[in-house]
Amino acid sequence: MTTAPEILGTLHNLKTIAVAELDAVTDADGIEAWRITYLGRKEGRITMIMKGMAVLDTESKRTVGAMANDVKALLESQLEARIEEMKSAQFNQASVAGRVDVTLPGRRPALGRLHPITQTLREITSAFGTMGFQIVEGPEVETDHYNFEMLNIPKDHPARDMFDTLWLDHTNADGEQDMLLRTHTSPMQARVMEVTKPPVRVVVPGRVYRYEATDATHEWHFAQVEGLAVDQGITFANLKGTLYEFARLIFGPERRVRFRCDFFPFVEPGVDMSIDCFNCDGAGNVKGSNDMCRICRGSGWIEIMGAGMVHPRVLEMSNIDPSVYTGFAFGVGVERIAMLKHGIDDIRYFYGNDARFLRQF
Amino acid sequence: MKVPLSWLKAYVDVNVPVDELAHRLTMAGVESGGVEQLGGWNDTYVGHVLAVEQHPNADRLRLCTVDIGAEQLQVVCGAPNVAVDQNIAFAKVGARMFDTHSGKTEALKPAKIRGVVSEGMICSVLELGLGEEHDGILVLPDDAPLGSLLSDYLGDAVLDLEVTANRPDCLSVLGVAREVAAFQGNRITEPDVSYPEDGEPIALLATVEVADPEYCKRYTASLITGITIGPSPQWMQDRLNRAGQRPINNIVDVTNYVMLEYGQPLHAFDFDKVKDRKVIVRQAAPNEEHTTLDGIERKLQPPMMVIADPDGVIGLAGVMGGGNTEVTEATTTILLESASWHPFNTRRTGDALKLRSEASQRFEKGWRPELSPLGLRRATKLMLDVAGGTAAKGIIDIYPGQQDVAKVTLTLNRLERVLGITVPLEEVTKTLTTLGFDCKAVGDDAVETTVPAWRADITIEEDLVEEIARVIGYDRIPTTMLSTPIPLSQPDPARELKEEIRDLLAAAGLQEVVNYSMVSGQAIEVTKGTAAEGAKEPELLRAANPMSPEHEYLRTTLKPGLLKTLANNQRHDNVPQWYFEVGREYLFYGEGLPIEPEVAAGIMAGPGALSTWGAEETATGFYDAKGVLESVLERLNVVASYESTDDSFYYPGRSAVVTANGQQIAQLGEVHPTVLEHFDVRAERAVYFEIDLAALLTALPDVGRRFRGPSVYPGALRDLALTASVDVPAAKVQTIIEQHPLVARATLFDVYIGSQVDDGVRSLAYRVFLQAQDRTLTAEEVTKAMERTLARLEKELGATQRQQG
Ligand SMILES: [Zn+2]
Repeated sequence: MTTAPEILGTLHNLKTIAVAELDAVTDADGIEAWRITYLGRKEGRITMIMKGMAVLDTESKRTVGAMANDVKALLESQLEARIEEMKSAQFNQASVAGRVDVTLPGRRPALGRLHPITQTLREITSAFGTMGFQIVEGPEVETDHYNFEMLNIPKDHPARDMFDTLWLDHTNADGEQDMLLRTHTSPMQARVMEVTKPPVRVVVPGRVYRYEATDATHEWHFAQVEGLAVDQGITFANLKGTLYEFARLIFGPERRVRFRCDFFPFVEPGVDMSIDCFNCDGAGNVKGSNDMCRICRGSGWIEIMGAGMVHPRVLEMSNIDPSVYTGFAFGVGVERIAMLKHGIDDIRYFYGNDARFLRQF
Repeated sequence: MKVPLSWLKAYVDVNVPVDELAHRLTMAGVESGGVEQLGGWNDTYVGHVLAVEQHPNADRLRLCTVDIGAEQLQVVCGAPNVAVDQNIAFAKVGARMFDTHSGKTEALKPAKIRGVVSEGMICSVLELGLGEEHDGILVLPDDAPLGSLLSDYLGDAVLDLEVTANRPDCLSVLGVAREVAAFQGNRITEPDVSYPEDGEPIALLATVEVADPEYCKRYTASLITGITIGPSPQWMQDRLNRAGQRPINNIVDVTNYVMLEYGQPLHAFDFDKVKDRKVIVRQAAPNEEHTTLDGIERKLQPPMMVIADPDGVIGLAGVMGGGNTEVTEATTTILLESASWHPFNTRRTGDALKLRSEASQRFEKGWRPELSPLGLRRATKLMLDVAGGTAAKGIIDIYPGQQDVAKVTLTLNRLERVLGITVPLEEVTKTLTTLGFDCKAVGDDAVETTVPAWRADITIEEDLVEEIARVIGYDRIPTTMLSTPIPLSQPDPARELKEEIRDLLAAAGLQEVVNYSMVSGQAIEVTKGTAAEGAKEPELLRAANPMSPEHEYLRTTLKPGLLKTLANNQRHDNVPQWYFEVGREYLFYGEGLPIEPEVAAGIMAGPGALSTWGAEETATGFYDAKGVLESVLERLNVVASYESTDDSFYYPGRSAVVTANGQQIAQLGEVHPTVLEHFDVRAERAVYFEIDLAALLTALPDVGRRFRGPSVYPGALRDLALTASVDVPAAKVQTIIEQHPLVARATLFDVYIGSQVDDGVRSLAYRVFLQAQDRTLTAEEVTKAMERTLARLEKELGATQRQQG
């Protein structure tokens, strides 16, 4: 026969022993064995004690039952805590073993980049894009008609000297060479105006060619962006504004801009736009010395663009009435802009395609 | 054009420093390439030698007393040529001089030479940096201004001007002087062109006949008898030297001087050598021979223009005189020619003979017949001054091309409409007047101008607008944004696609390159491969003047450039050599202009993308390139199929054409080893691909993507391992699996050929994901779907489920 006090004593001992055993358990198997021993639903010690209570009177049952439930609850919570504790210990151990060397190189997918000419072309066209200029493109193999005649450069014009031309070895019925590689993107002025009546506002990116010996600043093959705006009421002041904004967008607001008179047969008046030399800050000589600046050759300015008001003859030849419409045109060398932006000292890098050059952009 | 400042000052008062002058000219369109300073001496004066005595302690030294105006100084001098009453250049202590002993420029120190104090130095040419000579001191002319700074007297600055093609007038000192006057607002002083005409009437002494008025608009000539050949005066030699022209003798120097002064080239004939005193201006006869002044015998052809006498050619018009009538020491009679030659014919003649001269460069830039008599009279006057003799009465002036002088009217309205700024009529008139235009006001808002003889470039109103703008300065014109309406934008899907492809290929790990559009003929031949059946072959277009054999033909393919890029780069390091280019091919089919289709092409070689530590080393192969194409096409929503192809550019059995929407849009394959060898590519293999952007554009889906809600019901995953003949294309297996309506997708995860399967058979393993839009699939449904799929695979492709174990 068991009495209530005996059972209470047993419960008390059980509690102490179980907690101590639980603390000593070190692995998942031990935990499970402990759970079955004490909290097992069929034969666990708590269950067994509860079963032994049947002989007690009602009053004792209540007292003992309450205590048994308390002990059970305590053991259950201890069990849970212990499991958590062991998990966390295990994780800590594993994480110490699994530390990464954050300085080892990452495993990355192959890295591709766009050629600096493409990047610069995009910068230039998007700068003009914000001012409403749309992109059009045209043929690189051109006729004398579009490359010269329609631009007010007739056959015997001395200005042809300005454009050393790469002709193709192909002749027409009269035995004259009839194809050339365009010397500028300007032929698109006429091609655009022939099919688009004003308002016209386009930029023409593209490849152009010159029969010219190559050196650090000359290539026989380079990229240009032509621009053309024609409408009623377009003025030289607008030309200045547009080019100024372009220079600001591309080179930043701190660069100074200079417009001077220059000659191109298809514009009148003609303009040459320069920015102040970034190398010598416009001083013309190396800081703190009398040596001439290499980049601007002492002038303090770097020419970046030729431009002007579209020559009335050019408008007329494209069937646009120069007494009604005015316009401006400009042309900018893409490699030159990239060279200035990135301090590239030799234009030949662009078509050399040395990956060690290309990967820097 | 080199313009000495001292010469410029002969015609115009220059009231700005020379650097400012160079800047103003540059801004106004005559670009200065730099200013060369001559002299620049400090503390150096024009002095006068008052006394020369023997040095008490040295035989070879003299003790001189020199007057420099403000003071008299004592100096020790070792030069043998020093003498009393000479004007000399005297450097005081402190002057920076070139030291002939140390070879450096140093400040002169106070010195005691053999016990006698020397308060400076009498300078030699070498010490002043004016020449090489240092045997004696420089003796200055008697009229040298005593006491003035030597740099004021002998110093000069030379402007090096780059003159644009439209401004031949600025190939002359007077032309530049007019520019300077225009922006300074002052006037130039015209040179003196008057001279006594004491001889007989010229018509009695010489006859000139212009037989070809088309190529000679004007021919003027004067005649001088009794001249004496000799050196020209020092002032003229100095000016010529500083302008870059070597002095020869007084007659030739005058012709050069006036060419530089007015821009009008002239030629002096030794008239005694001209047969019958008769000059004929005509075209050369075919193969007519003539020896020019440079001693070279040349074969001439019409329509080259020549000056001839009845015996034959005596000069090549506008280019160079003839040896047979050259002015020599013995010459006493001069026929001086000042003509106006056809610009383009002059140029063509120079090109054909590979002969260009200062004269021809000026004639080439345009007709300026009004200039001929001006230059003639100026040169005749100077010849009389420097070579003596008597000028015949009158000049010969044959002017078959005479035209009314050009008149151009400028309205203030037009000026404002072009420039966007108003300029008062008064300022317009003043500006044009200082530039030499005769101006007449028309009402209160226009001015009619007579264009001066030297400005053949001015023909329309806009030309005058530019004159105003560049003289008042472009800086004065405001800077305003466009305010006219922006034209409606036109969609440009081809361009968008091109740019998107660039981004996609770069994102796939390829580096963009840009290659030359011209390649060697051999490179095209080697990369030609096998043309598609029935395809018309384009004609190659060759440069008439190729830059080099490497760049002789317009490319018809991007292959050579990319292969070369690969070959050049493989030497540098061992990283993935994945390159792409988006560019044009130039295909000429015999008519009109070539077409210029745009292509995106790539070459891939070297280690694979993820070859790195801890991962298996892989080499780039066919499937890497295919993977790039697939991901690009998937991003564009293009469904494509791949079919094996035979093209000798590729390694046999390792190339494919890619088709979408019924047409070929791309090709790819491993490059044939012999092609790699030709380009010196050392990689074991390289895969090339190219996408025809126009074809791809037509294969793009017409409509944008339509949204389809993802299924909310759970799906089921099943593995399907098959064996099939190696000849069964994997794409067909995949298609059949994915055709079952419950299959959402199937992913190939293993391909096996080897001992575990029979010969000629391979195993393909797929992970199949099944899912329905409207319900949770039952196990039964899934099993049934897999069974049905297997049955189809077996029936249509002979594929069976691989037996495990
Ligand atoms: Zn600089």
